Amino acid sequence: MSNTNTKTISPFSRRKFLKSSGGVALFIGASGLLPNLLSCSDSKGVQRQLTKHGVTAWVRITEDGQITIYNPAAEMGQGSMTALPLIFAEEMDADWSRVNVEFSPQESEIYGSEGWQPGSKLMFTVGSRTTKSYYPVMRKAGAQARYVLLHSAAGYWKVPFDELTTDQSEVIHEKSGQKIGYGDLVSHLSMPETLPDFTESGLKNPKDFKLIGNEIPRTEIPEKVDGSALFAIDLRLPNMVYGVLERGSMHGAKPTLTNESEILAMEGVLKVVPFDYAIGVVANTLEAALSAKDALNIEWGDALPKGFNSQEIYSTYAQRANALKKGDTVNELGDVELAMHNASKTYEADFKNDYVYHAQMEPLNAVVQVAQDGQSAEVWVGSQQGADTKLGIPDLLGIPHEAVKVNLQYLGGGFGRRSMNDFVLECGSLAKAMAPQPVKLIWTREDDVTYGAFRPLTLQRLRVSTDAQGNLTGFWHCVVGDGGNLVASGARNDHYTIPNQWVEWREASHGVRLKHWRSVGHGPNKFAIEAMLDEVAYDHSIDPIDFRRKLMINAPRALATLEKVAKISDWNSPSAEGRAKGVAFVEHGSLGTGVCEISVNYNTGQITVHRFWIALDAGVVVQPNNVKAQMEGGIIMGISSALKEQITLVDGKVQQRNYDDYQLLRMQEVPDSIETVIIPSAEHPEGVGETATPMVAGAIANAFLKLTGKRLRHMPFTPERVLEVLNS
Amino acid sequence: MIMATYSLNINETSYEVDVVQGTSLLWVLREHLGLTGTKYGCGIAQCGSCTIHLDGNPVRACILQVDNVANGQRIKTIEGLSEKGNHPLQQAWVKAQAPQCGYCQSGQLMQAAALLEKNPNPSREEIKSYMNGVLCRCGTYLRILEAIEMTKEQTKTTS
Repeated sequence: MSNTNTKTISPFSRRKFLKSSGGVALFIGASGLLPNLLSCSDSKGVQRQLTKHGVTAWVRITEDGQITIYNPAAEMGQGSMTALPLIFAEEMDADWSRVNVEFSPQESEIYGSEGWQPGSKLMFTVGSRTTKSYYPVMRKAGAQARYVLLHSAAGYWKVPFDELTTDQSEVIHEKSGQKIGYGDLVSHLSMPETLPDFTESGLKNPKDFKLIGNEIPRTEIPEKVDGSALFAIDLRLPNMVYGVLERGSMHGAKPTLTNESEILAMEGVLKVVPFDYAIGVVANTLEAALSAKDALNIEWGDALPKGFNSQEIYSTYAQRANALKKGDTVNELGDVELAMHNASKTYEADFKNDYVYHAQMEPLNAVVQVAQDGQSAEVWVGSQQGADTKLGIPDLLGIPHEAVKVNLQYLGGGFGRRSMNDFVLECGSLAKAMAPQPVKLIWTREDDVTYGAFRPLTLQRLRVSTDAQGNLTGFWHCVVGDGGNLVASGARNDHYTIPNQWVEWREASHGVRLKHWRSVGHGPNKFAIEAMLDEVAYDHSIDPIDFRRKLMINAPRALATLEKVAKISDWNSPSAEGRAKGVAFVEHGSLGTGVCEISVNYNTGQITVHRFWIALDAGVVVQPNNVKAQMEGGIIMGISSALKEQITLVDGKVQQRNYDDYQLLRMQEVPDSIETVIIPSAEHPEGVGETATPMVAGAIANAFLKLTGKRLRHMPFTPERVLEVLNS
Repeated sequence: MIMATYSLNINETSYEVDVVQGTSLLWVLREHLGLTGTKYGCGIAQCGSCTIHLDGNPVRACILQVDNVANGQRIKTIEGLSEKGNHPLQQAWVKAQAPQCGYCQSGQLMQAAALLEKNPNPSREEIKSYMNGVLCRCGTYLRILEAIEMTKEQTKTTS
């Protein structure tokens, strides 16, 4: 890689560099938008920076050539621990075999990527934003690290900067035949006057990438197969005590404890801590805390969900969809009423989905230690949140942001649930009561299910108009449910050319806790949209792929995924007897079209998904194998939720408690294969974690329509519901 | 609640622990002995995250009481599956890049290791059936299958 395109625009003030005694030689940090080199000679400055930010750095190089790169995103299985450092190493031209990865400190001013507002910074591992938002950040920081090394080599050899190149952790001066390793440069480091604010043109051309786009094994996998990977639930600190809460099964209900003295007299119980919606118990062992939780005698008050029966609410929702009063507009294009009026044919259908639960395998938990004087705290947690709020602990304790240290651990699954901090605040309250003893709070699985924060239940009414040839002329989509964007996301059709569109959200509210659940509103909305398209195509005897091909006329990237998946799934060849294929398209940052092949047991109502094919356009793909893993996991979570998962409420109370009555897809139910083809692209990377899940229900419903001529319109497609549809 | 001292044979090491009678083996392993590779997932033997070997058989630690496993039974946890994390299955797991979040993987590996000890050459359906009790929310099942089949093939060619 040559250096001719770098544009120097920012003055760089610190001339000194860091040489510490511990073999740590170089810190290249990024404070604000520009990098900082910390000077070791300027020890006060270093102290200031370190006090303010902990280690202010993206990378550390030691004299033996070992490189440590900091990962700023949560690792919950999506591969951030590899993808982000890999992007950095690519631009730095680092020898990947000498790279270690560590979590960065939780300081968004330094380690954040662009937030929701332009110019703002955010450390928040949600919305499949990790690679997408950090791609430019890590490239620039890596290029700047390389720039410092080049500058240092130029000074050391006294040769022009522009004659230097780099490769595999070495600076090379071809003219004189000299080479020096990054580690050997450490003792010759010197600071450039200015550091370039690398623009796209100063960075590598994607065709020259050596690491990005190759099969690089994930860095954290070895510790995940020998049991040594630390999740927050694994933390054990000296003098640590254990906390549990009893929250009841109606969200927000107020407890009255009637046997506190009895509980306090129990062996090992240290404290009873009341909450507005729960009773907390702290004990010196987990088993003592759990025994006390079982023994709690609580009278529960009423709360908002009282009287709410989730499976009966759909008729009320249908009335809401019928009402003349409009809801909030989500999208408007052309005149959908006129399109309906002029239509050759119109269609109307209601689609429904029950509540679903995150079911991440590691139940919620945290460890918090509050100092004796209450003026500082330390948190160990697996969280999708992090730096920006310090998980609410500063406000809870009334102490400054800097007085709280957050130690991010691996997440045993997130899927949106760990973007909430309810469990951390609970632990903070217990730790405050127990200061200075550290408290480990564990939610039992029952707590995790009953006090979950679910993907909302919705009803979606779709009205569609066509002309005589079966061309879509109007698409009206009304989402009824609780949660705003939680139910409205994914209801737009930006990749289908439909001249007249109307999307609106009509609010309902039941006091049931809700939260983003992998792919959010896209799950139910893409199901409704894609199933509706096939119902129309079916009625006009148009092939579903042909139907979508026409609709994607102005969306070439989406169309390419459709064509590709049609090819790899051998769409035009008939399936074996008793099987059928169905297709669905999803945009969630990246674009993907999926095809599944299913069969149905007509006696039991059981649907089996045999195979799944996906064609994906995600822009530049940093780790192709990991993207495929995300597709596989997303499809399996999609099948699980589309066929089995269901939270129900009776009189406001959550009816499910554990994995025995909240069933997830198991090994015997997985498809024979999930095949992903990634469409090559040099476009900006897009998130992939939430693209696969929402394509599943639509693809299954569409395959079912082809196979049986019947329509599945209510998720999950449980055997009972399937039988009901088959017998209708 | 009555405290008692139990002597446990875990990973060929003898451990003494003072806990209340009837305490779950899972809490003893994790919270008292620090063998945290064995995970808590459900507490009712539905998810398999806490799978360990008891005298060579895969069992769920969450529903075992310490009282019943302190009579010399051989307990093996993920920490004892291999010396350096290099059991053939662990190697295959890395090769297949099986884990995502990783939380269930100790249980998956212990269940798979028990399978291959009993049946070195299981069919795909036998693997699925044997592994059915261990949940994975990230959906890594196909790669787990691949890793087990890889190990099985490898064992076949080397034996």
